[in-house]
Parts: sequence; C-alpha cells; structure tokens
Amino acid sequence: MTARPLAVLLPPRPEPTAPRLLAQTWLLAALVLALCAGTAWAQAVAQQTGRPGALAIMLRWAPLITSGFLLNVMVSVLAMALGTLLGLPLGLSLIARTRPLRLLGWGMTQFFRNVPWLVLLFYIMFLLPFELHLGGLVLPVPAWFKAVIGLALPVSANVAEIVRGGMQSIPEPQWSAADSLAFTRWQTISRIILPQALRRMLPPWMNLYAILTMATTLISVIGIQDGLTLTRAAIAAESRPELMVPMYIFLLLLFFAYCYPIARLTLALERRVQVRI
Amino acid sequence: MAHELGSPVVVVRDVEKRFGNYTVLREVSLTVRRGETVCIIGPSGSGKSTLLRCINGLVPISSGSITVGGREVADAKLDVRALRRDVGIVFQQYNLFPHRTALDNVMMAPVIVLHQNPAEVRARAEALLAKVGLADKMASYPGELSGGQQQRVAIARSLAMNPKVMLFDEVTAALDPETKKEVLITIQALAAEGMTCILVTHEMGFARRVADHVYFTDGGVIVEHGTPEAIFSAPTQARTRDFLDKIL
Ligand SMILES: Nc1ncnc2c1ncn2[C@@H]1O[C@H](COP(=O)(O)OP(=O)(O)OP(=O)(O)O)[C@@H](O)[C@H]1O
Ligand SMILES: [Mg+2]
Repeated sequence: MTARPLAVLLPPRPEPTAPRLLAQTWLLAALVLALCAGTAWAQAVAQQTGRPGALAIMLRWAPLITSGFLLNVMVSVLAMALGTLLGLPLGLSLIARTRPLRLLGWGMTQFFRNVPWLVLLFYIMFLLPFELHLGGLVLPVPAWFKAVIGLALPVSANVAEIVRGGMQSIPEPQWSAADSLAFTRWQTISRIILPQALRRMLPPWMNLYAILTMATTLISVIGIQDGLTLTRAAIAAESRPELMVPMYIFLLLLFFAYCYPIARLTLALERRVQVRI
Repeated sequence: MAHELGSPVVVVRDVEKRFGNYTVLREVSLTVRRGETVCIIGPSGSGKSTLLRCINGLVPISSGSITVGGREVADAKLDVRALRRDVGIVFQQYNLFPHRTALDNVMMAPVIVLHQNPAEVRARAEALLAKVGLADKMASYPGELSGGQQQRVAIARSLAMNPKVMLFDEVTAALDPETKKEVLITIQALAAEGMTCILVTHEMGFARRVADHVYFTDGGVIVEHGTPEAIFSAPTQARTRDFLDKIL
C-alpha cells in the first residue's frame, strides 16, 4: 500500500509556465548577444582585411532579408487561414454519425498529420500545374500559392484534431440538454458545443500557427524567395564566411520577434481558460 | 392535490430496458393523466432516471411501449424532435448552457428550434424568469448564479417550449436546504397550475404534498403505487416499508 493521498484531494499542480517564460527570455538574450558578437567579430575581421564593415553590409541586406521574411509571414497567414477553413469541416467529420464520413475524415487526418511537411510540399509543387486554363483565360499559379496549399494540408489535419479535442472536452450533459430541447445535431454543434469549445481551441490553434510560421522556411527548399533563400543569397553574394553567423541570426531574430509574442499570448490565454473552467 | 384529471398524456406499458445483459427496467407500467403530478421514489440505481430518459427518447427502450400524447416512443418512424418538443426535462445538474445568459438560455430553443419570433420569445422568456423569481437575474451567466437559481432557469428553459409534460429528475438533490425550497415552491406552483409533471424525488415530504399518485420502484420494477396517503401511511409491501423506514 502506498500512502499517497487521493488525486482529487491534491491541490492543482502549479503550471510549468514560469520556467518556460524564463527560458524564452534567456533565449532572446542569447540570440541578441550572438548577433552582436557575430557582427563585432565580422567587423573585426573586416578591419584587419580593410574591406567594408560588416555592420554596413548587414544594413544593406536587412531590407531584402526582411522582405523575404514577410513572404514567410504571408504564406503562414494564408496557409493558416486555408488550413483552418478546411480543418473545421474535417474536424466535424471526425465526430460524424455516419461511419463512412467518419472513416474518411479519420483517414485524411491521420495521413496529413503523419507525413513530412516537406514531402507534401514537393508533392503539391509537382502535382499542381504552373498555370490554370479557365475557359480562354490562362492564370499562372505562382510557387508561393502552391506552397500555401502544400502547407495548408497538414495544418488542416492538425486543426481537425484541435476541433475534435475541443468539442470532446465539452461535457456530455450539454449534448443531452440540447437533445432534450429538440435541437438538431447541427444546431447543437453550432450553437452549444462549438461556441464553448472555441475558447479551449484557441491556445492550441495559436501554437499550431507559431509552428507553421517557423515551418514556412521549408519553402526555400522548393525555390521560393523567402527569408531563408534571400539570406543564403546575401551570404553567397558577399562570399564572406564571417558574415554567415550574424546574417542567419538576424533572420532567426525576425522569426523570434514574430513568434515569441504569439507564444506569450497563447500562454496567457491558456491560463485564462484554465481559470474559467 | 385534487385536479380535474384529464385524458392520459403519458402511458408506459410493460417497458423493459436492458443495458447489455443488465436489465434496468422490468415490466414497468404507469399512466399519467393531463394535469396530474406523479412522483417516483425508490432507492438509488432502481432505474428512475432511466425511465424518465426513456420517456423523452434520450434512451431507447428494449421492449414494451411508451406513448406521449398518443405518440409512440418505440416507433421506428418516430419524429424524436417532435416528441422532445412536447416533453420538458430538468436534470439534477441543471446543465445550463454556460456561454449564454439566463435569458438566452430560456430563449434559445424557441427561437432556434421552433423558429418563433425573437421579440415574442423574449417577452415570454422574461415572464417565465419573473415567474420563477429571477426577474433580476436575466442578464447573468449560469456561472454567476447559485445552484437553486440555475435550476430555476433550467425549469424556465424547459417551460419556454410549452411542453405537454414536465419531467424532473432529482432536481433538488444537489442543492442545500435553503435553495431547495425555492425550487420546490416553483415546481409546486407549476403543478398547481395544472402542468402535467413526473417527478423523481427523494423529498418525501414534498412528494406527499404535491403528488396525486406515487410510484415506488426498486430493482427496476414498480413495487407498489397509490395515493401519497396509501404509500406513505399504509404501504402494503415490505420493501416499501423498509425503504421509507430507512429514509424517514
Ligand atoms: N448508459 C448506461 N449504460 C449501462 N448502465 C447504465 C446506463 N445508465 C444507467 N445504467 C445503470 O442502470 C441502473 C439504473 O440507473 P438510473 O440512473 O436509472 O438509476 P436511478 O434510480 O436514477 O438512481 P439514482 O437515484 O442514483 O439517480 C444503474 O445500475 C446504472 O448503473
Ligand atoms: Mg437518477
């Protein structure tokens, strides 16, 4: 016999947020430090060899790298929007009452959640034509558009799981109560279950978005001029190895500055959800 | 409580309910007439909740027949939503919709399910909430209300559908004595107005006061039934006497 007290009598466990936040702050500090050190080192190398200063070069390339980064952001926003649009019905199909629909949804969700994103991207690249013929109209299909679709697929599968989990976290009596008031299943889902589940779905959804944003650097592999591609181009153009460290760190910082507030907000929301429920 | 008793509203005949091999209800028969208040008493696990859930089609019966206003619950072609519009049910745990205000909770079903005019529904919902003593709590969310207040909102929510019969499943079991009283008074007023009610309750004094007819169930069968006077003062079955001795 173990003398452990009953689980229900234990006080709620303190959340592990404090160490996580601290770690993130340290990471930020380390990155900034590395950027400064890297630039200083490159500056020093430049002075020894009498070539233009590293700082000047960094400043010259910063706008281009930033514009590439903004492409990453755009692709992430569009992929998230499309993925959410597709993921919502996919998530609903996971709790459908008709078995074939449920199986289809399950199959799609499992498939897109368990294949590498990069492979999917390659697939979509080759699968989609580079131009669309609509009647007499010829529409070019830009690479970034294909990237959005390629990334939206795994996102939709993950959104579907978030939707399913959120809906299943709503206690069964809510369904019975709606049933006994003669709500249809769709009325129950749209008016009773989903509105309550949304609050719980928001933190994991934002978490997914942060992950997606970082994963958008994958699109550089398929030849899109994103932040990573342009950073590498800049490094190649300068052909100065000592610039590699500060340049990459600059790109990392851009991503960090974008994703860190999202992570903070997610944590804050998570905490609020826990308090309210 | 003496009413002019009308035609049968709920007729339960030889109902059996099994969960797998486990029989929860066996040869259960009862009739509830219009305006009648029927109380079902009995020990925990005797199948009282299951019986109520069978009446509004939340749980399918295994055999036998239940009709509500002439509509057969066991009918394969049953329009279960039409049945549920006629049957209000209030649960022990209120089960209000926590994301909507008290007023919205009462308004939702008539507006969404019955497609009634929102302005008219609002007027009716406000009147219902006033009637259960919550005129000042319409804009409150369920989380801001006491158990007794939530339960009264739940009663108003069911009444807003204008049901033919109201089912109450131990609606005061989770409440403290003080708030219990508010809810019991509400139900008593409802019964006095002529609403047809089926009450599962452990409040023997209340059952005795409001019931026209009392059923005692044990182990899934109706052991004995009769007027409150007969059941509480002169039970004929030993099991009924044992049960009443234990809890009174
Ligand atoms: N969905 C279910 N599946 C299997 N068994 C069930 C189910 N619902 C109820 N039961 C069983 O049926 C029996 C009767 O349950 P029910 O809730 O109707 O009893 P009750 O008389 O309402 O009891 P209480 O007074 O405790 O509320 C219990 O033994 C219960 O375990
Ligand atoms: Mg019960």
